[in-house]
Amino acid sequence: MKSSSPLSWLKSREGLYYLALALLLVVILPLALDPFRLNMVGKYLTYAFVAIGLVMCWGKAGILSLGQGVFFGLGGYCMAMFLKLEASTPEATAHQSTPGIPDFMDWNQVTALPWFWEPFHSFSFTLIAVLLVPGLLAFIIGVAMFKRRVSGVYFAIITQAIASILTILIIGQQGYTGGVNGITDLQTLMGWSIRTDAAKTTLYFVGVGTLFVCLFVARWVQNSKFGRILVAMRDQENRVRFSGYDVAAFKIFIFCLAAMFAGVGGALFTLQVGFMSPSFVGIVPSIEMVVFCALGGRYSLLGGVYGALLVNAAKSGFSESFPELWPYAMGALFIGVVLAFPNGLAGLYRRYVMPLEDRLFSRKPAARPARPEPARREDKTLPDHLSVEKP
Amino acid sequence: MFADYSSTELLSIFAMQGFAGLSLFSVFVLMAMGLAIIFGQMGVINMAHGEFMILGAYTTYLTSQFFQTYMPGFFAGYFFVAMVLAFLISGALGAFVEWAMVRHLYRRPLDTLLATWGLSLIMQQAYRSIFGAREVGVNLPDWMMGAFQVTDLVELPVNGLFVMIIALSIALAVYLLMFRSGWGRKVRAVVQNRPMAEAVGINTAGVDRATFALGCGIAGVAGSAFTMIGSTGPSSGQAYIVDTFLVVVFGGAQSLIGTIVSAFSISQAQSTMEFFLSGSMAKVLTLLTVVIILMLRPEGLMALKIRR
Repeated sequence: MKSSSPLSWLKSREGLYYLALALLLVVILPLALDPFRLNMVGKYLTYAFVAIGLVMCWGKAGILSLGQGVFFGLGGYCMAMFLKLEASTPEATAHQSTPGIPDFMDWNQVTALPWFWEPFHSFSFTLIAVLLVPGLLAFIIGVAMFKRRVSGVYFAIITQAIASILTILIIGQQGYTGGVNGITDLQTLMGWSIRTDAAKTTLYFVGVGTLFVCLFVARWVQNSKFGRILVAMRDQENRVRFSGYDVAAFKIFIFCLAAMFAGVGGALFTLQVGFMSPSFVGIVPSIEMVVFCALGGRYSLLGGVYGALLVNAAKSGFSESFPELWPYAMGALFIGVVLAFPNGLAGLYRRYVMPLEDRLFSRKPAARPARPEPARREDKTLPDHLSVEKP
Repeated sequence: MFADYSSTELLSIFAMQGFAGLSLFSVFVLMAMGLAIIFGQMGVINMAHGEFMILGAYTTYLTSQFFQTYMPGFFAGYFFVAMVLAFLISGALGAFVEWAMVRHLYRRPLDTLLATWGLSLIMQQAYRSIFGAREVGVNLPDWMMGAFQVTDLVELPVNGLFVMIIALSIALAVYLLMFRSGWGRKVRAVVQNRPMAEAVGINTAGVDRATFALGCGIAGVAGSAFTMIGSTGPSSGQAYIVDTFLVVVFGGAQSLIGTIVSAFSISQAQSTMEFFLSGSMAKVLTLLTVVIILMLRPEGLMALKIRR
């Protein structure tokens, strides 16, 4: 079913869905929203990176990580450390007892820059670290867990514990990490102010562009032979193992990929909002990230993006007008999405909207559905889910 | 970190911190017992376990208010009434949740985790709306105040001791119920081989509901006991949930003895390290050690040897 040229792919049904998302993010939202709202959408989009990672990791490979906030936070902290060092020039911090170090270190009687902060003077190092630090941690966790065949709920609990450990560590080591306030007061990126409306709009488009890069990477992985093995592994792990595949290696790879996506999202988040704090790392945000992916549809990459946008938009909307109702809505969302429609919005779309589309466009040969994956799967634990792309 | 202390000082530090750790141990055991039943026996992750515990705590709080207002003469004994009420109310809600939600998800354990997390959000917010965001505390009856003087340095508060006795008696009761009663045999049969248990005439759906309700009921008693040593707020339950899951997993999910041993070692390690390091570092080190041990030995401390 793979298309021969990019142009014919864009004319396929899946391509049209990607085009629709691009149209929404690049044209409609920037035209419809003022810079403040657009910046908020940009913030929600950084969560979409995490959701894409979770679709790959949880939906495709069946590994539920409740610690994606860890990787999001690590990526974000890497970027925040670079920006903070840039903001803490000796001239700008001349009033401190030790000029040239970040202000919170000075408040906590730290007199020299810690060794692990040193390399973050370099922007290229920071960009690499945004990918490699989360990737490396995921690799270590993955090797330790998957080689020992820890999976399912045990893996979920342990990732949750890791999220808890990292939060306590960040809050406890105030002098090195900024503690519970996080790393705040970030002004410029290589001399370019990130606080102006124009800069925020630029960052929004950078975020959208990066998101599409990640989407295409994920789509490429998913449609490759590797992706097929992941799905096979999720449904019948032992059969894959007995066929001679190293199941652990596949799991480690996909977990690292998801962590790197989350790290990129975190770094963009820091740029968008101008600070990073442990409140985006811990157990509660990490498990909320799972619901983005669950609402959108855990088997659909585009679904993850829409899920992240919708849940966050709803959260802001509720928090502005009825703050006390939001936890009820969020709780009902968790329960409803699991009990009533486990395939999320993507599943609903496929069941109810796609037949309509078929009828509407049935006379146009260009819009005939191209189904990248077979629609049947005999898996009773995952009822009628389908791995076809849909928004 | 030990270099600054003499050996006798070290000994008394360990003894002192050991006693301090016992109250953490009691909380862990109380929460972990209910979880060990639900998770260990049924394989269901109940993220709302902490909220069931808090339900018991609020029940106790209301009972104490009631006794104080209408029956001050019986105030000394209100706690026992409250414990029974907490068990019944939490258990009933547990049975309802099992019927409405959990039974549809037995084949998807990861989804129970998400659904019960949603439940916990709703319950927390409900507590916040009903009881307010401030923490509430109960008045202790006179006989629970005071302390036993063991040595010059060491004294044991009565309420802490009482909570520990409750924790251990619940553990004992659970053990007897699970391993020495006909009902427990049914539960274990369902856990080990569901179709076969059904074939010999066990009502597996009924066993599931009763097990879940029992686990939640025990959580309610735990919350009731929890009010004796601390105050209760809407999100008090969430603070312990991850630690408690680690306790259960670390002990070996299906072994009750393992749960107690791991609750003991984790609480003791944490309170001893707290003396030498900061509280947050002690917690980080404890959790990290537990995670690393779990990576090396995923089946936990005391794995049940059964053929799968």
